[in-house]
Amino acid sequence: MTNTPIRSPLSASAVAGLKKRYRSESLYRRLGLGAICASLGFLAFLLASILQQGGGAFFKTEIRFDITAEAQMDAEGDAFILLRTTLRNSLQGANTRAARRQAYALAGADAEEQLQAILNGTQSTGATPGDPMPFSIWLSASDEVDFAVKSGLVNLMETDAQNIGQTRLTTTQLNWLAKLESDGEIRTPFNLGFLTNGDSRDAERAGLGGAIMGSLFTLMLCFVTSFFVGVMAAVYLEEFAPKNLFTAFLEVNINNLASVPSIIFGLLGLAIFLNMFGMPRSSSLVGGMVLALMTLPTVIIASRVSLQSVPPSIREAALALGATRIQAVFHHVVPLALPGMLTGAILGMARALGETAPLLMIGMVAFIADPPSSVLDPAAALPVQVFLWSDSPERAFAEKTSGAILVLILFLILMNGAAIMLRKKFEKKW
Amino acid sequence: MVNPMNLQSHSPMPTGITGFPIAAGASTEVAQNIRITAKDVSVSYGDLRALKSIDLDIAENRVTALIGPSGCGKSTFLRCINRMNDLIPSCQVSGEIKLSGHDIYGPEVDVEVLRRHVGMVFQKPNPFPKTIYDNVAYGPRIHGLAGSKGELDAIVEKSLKRAGLFDEVKDRLDRLGTSLSGGQQQRLCIARAIAIEPEVILMDEPCSALDPIATAKIEELIDELKQRYTIVIVTHSMQQAARVSDYTAYFHLGELVERGDTNRIFTSPQHAKTEAYISGRIG
Amino acid sequence: MLKTVNPLARHKARPQEQAIRTLLVACAAAAILVTVGIIASLLFESIRFFSEVPMGDFLFGTTWSPQTAMREDQVGSTGAFGIIPLLAGTFLISFIALSIATPLGIYSAVYLAEYAAPKSRAILKPSLEILAGIPTVVYGFFAALVIAPLIRDVGTSLGFDVASSSALAAGSIMGVMIIPLISSISDDAISAVPQSLKEASIGLGATKSETIRQVILPAALPGIAGGILLAASRAIGETMIVVMAAGLAANLTVNPLEAVTTVTVQIVMLLTGDQEFDSAKTLAAFALGLTLLAITLVFNIFGSWIVARNREAYD
Repeated sequence: MTNTPIRSPLSASAVAGLKKRYRSESLYRRLGLGAICASLGFLAFLLASILQQGGGAFFKTEIRFDITAEAQMDAEGDAFILLRTTLRNSLQGANTRAARRQAYALAGADAEEQLQAILNGTQSTGATPGDPMPFSIWLSASDEVDFAVKSGLVNLMETDAQNIGQTRLTTTQLNWLAKLESDGEIRTPFNLGFLTNGDSRDAERAGLGGAIMGSLFTLMLCFVTSFFVGVMAAVYLEEFAPKNLFTAFLEVNINNLASVPSIIFGLLGLAIFLNMFGMPRSSSLVGGMVLALMTLPTVIIASRVSLQSVPPSIREAALALGATRIQAVFHHVVPLALPGMLTGAILGMARALGETAPLLMIGMVAFIADPPSSVLDPAAALPVQVFLWSDSPERAFAEKTSGAILVLILFLILMNGAAIMLRKKFEKKW
Repeated sequence: MVNPMNLQSHSPMPTGITGFPIAAGASTEVAQNIRITAKDVSVSYGDLRALKSIDLDIAENRVTALIGPSGCGKSTFLRCINRMNDLIPSCQVSGEIKLSGHDIYGPEVDVEVLRRHVGMVFQKPNPFPKTIYDNVAYGPRIHGLAGSKGELDAIVEKSLKRAGLFDEVKDRLDRLGTSLSGGQQQRLCIARAIAIEPEVILMDEPCSALDPIATAKIEELIDELKQRYTIVIVTHSMQQAARVSDYTAYFHLGELVERGDTNRIFTSPQHAKTEAYISGRIG
Repeated sequence: MLKTVNPLARHKARPQEQAIRTLLVACAAAAILVTVGIIASLLFESIRFFSEVPMGDFLFGTTWSPQTAMREDQVGSTGAFGIIPLLAGTFLISFIALSIATPLGIYSAVYLAEYAAPKSRAILKPSLEILAGIPTVVYGFFAALVIAPLIRDVGTSLGFDVASSSALAAGSIMGVMIIPLISSISDDAISAVPQSLKEASIGLGATKSETIRQVILPAALPGIAGGILLAASRAIGETMIVVMAAGLAANLTVNPLEAVTTVTVQIVMLLTGDQEFDSAKTLAAFALGLTLLAITLVFNIFGSWIVARNREAYD
């Protein structure tokens, strides 16, 4: 048996061309990979720089001061005087008027409150009020000190004069801090206040407590409304709606609603909820309802997909037993579709959590110091807090902003994680 | 009283008006009561006519097999009997089907009540993804057939026993129905169907998804069930039709070609098409 | 013959079932109510606006300076409400965003659909989707704090005059945000191209990249184009990135290094802070909203129509 030779072997030019074609082949592949890498690289860059900037927000600088009995006697229960006396006495060379002012500037805005709490006896030191005994206390430092300590300027300043330009602290102040730090009188513990405090004009006191509460109220309201209405609408469209012009219109309408810019929903809320119905401005009630309207199409679409995945044999089985369609749907189909619907709703909530623009329209952008205690109170929300702080000129707020973003992203990760787990757990193969 | 409407008490239809040639063939049976009468039944899906003017009577406490090549309309006819075709919007049914003398397409008829009297078992076992107990108890629950938990337990046990499944699952009634094997699932579906005490059970190729051993069990079960129920079974397998049925109706392209005593149909078919199908030339 | 009661007849009414059905219809109708609410509120306020400012001035005016309306002493105290510079700014930023997102999105989709192993695809695709899940306020903060100064520094060192909140900064970050949108729609469009078409090309001895360029991409092009339209609608309606990173003053230019403002920025500017609701200034926000809705709706309807048609073509 002989092999028939190939009729026309590749010509020399074709071989050369082949090489070129292979080169362009690998180039093309790399182009695709490069596009993905560029996108993901940017994502990594963004997350890393936020993490690097915002990590510090979860820690606060505190300085330990010894409070002498004499100072307490002199202050006669006034924390303001006690704080100033203590600062003057503890920091070497704080005797001129200018130096004293510099000494006072080290303490944070809430240091006085810390002292007052002790003087009132609400914070135990072992001493009873009116019976002064020396004690030492970690007082919160001002935002400038906080920045200097966290960025390591305190130790650098003698050798590297350049760094002084980055801080508003004077050489004297930096000297004091260097001494305090070498004596172990400076610490940076976890800043719980950042997660529990309300907003404040003072960076060292400002916290996300109010914003977190506001977001919680808003999202709960949004979830309850949009999930109920969305699931019911999806059930109608999937299980009951006749195929007619009205249904077709409804479908087009829902799909388009899903891609209406979010700011338009804010305008709707402003015109209808605030101006027409006179609901309380800046409240989480209005915020939640606006976000619910925005999320509704997403929930409907996800719920419909989930209902479609329930096999028709389940419906037939129930109907053949003499169940009504309502019974078949609510006893069998909806329970089976529920995990999928919930997954969709949670993803919708995650989107609503990060949404800012519609909230600006309904006034959830005001400075609100007290965390809301009901859905009718004026409230901020996490992303709005990010927006507000990012606008703040003080440098300390840049760290706070990034910190707030980290909290926001943490919540988003939790919600998305929950959705993925739910999906994994209830994933059914029919 | 479980069954408020005693359909059995209705006077039997006079036999032989449109029905089987009952006296024909080797049947030793005396004249049977007719449970279901279909007269001039046509079904169309949009422009497509799936069934053309079917006349067929179905005898009480007998197994009637509907056979024919795929797409011949046998399943469509089956689904007319409990009005499952209502679920298809484009489906139009004309003609008359009477269950014990009552027109099931009458304006006052409630399909849910109808389906309570005409149970159905599907091609693929379709237990609810709930416990075995809940699967069987679902029908009695929605129809309010049990006054107490004890009564419900009794219904579940009785139904599982009649479906020949009780001994296999009695220790694990709280397990998911979907965790059973295919044959067990199908018997669970039968138990579920008979838990509401229907008069008629429709079976749409109940064994086509099962292995031969499971199939044999279901066939045995069908033979027992006909003592109590009227059974209409659609089957692809002529052997199965020959084994389980008393009467056979052969459908071809939406028409009822031949019907009669099963023995007679398989031994001396009168129509050429029937013979071609039975001998394997149409499949 | 005695007339017997049909035992198959309904023996009890089911009022609760009817109530549930009514509830279901009502919930589905809520979706329509939202649409009606949006259109009605925007239209109503816009009509009031147009009774104060002629529609022609709004649609064709080239000056936008609503602030002057607040100053009584100024000549022509109604201010200038010409939307042209805002539209120009909006489209400029969206154009920059699309010119970044389109190539990156399409090439990512090509890699994911044709080259990536199933395992790496399972990781890369969701990772890419994260970009769409990041709140826009975060992008805005990042654009204002990191990207805008970066572009300014690089531009200045190259001898360009770069505004501190340049259109380029806002546009490029927005581009990153919409990459996943374009890539996932392109991915779908590429996957919808029938295997037989690919095999025909491979069978003729074409390499994979030749097949992609000459067979797959042309076949998937309508779907991809639809995706780009949807992405454009997203970019036009985006608010936070531009509020935080784009300019505030209306500026009619096509230079990406200058600061421009957008429709959404102006809506936010007009409605945040203290306001009386009846002034032309606040009403103008609704006219802008109506314009925005109209533009995005056209893009959306057209885009989804193309995507759907392309999907059907290969079904």
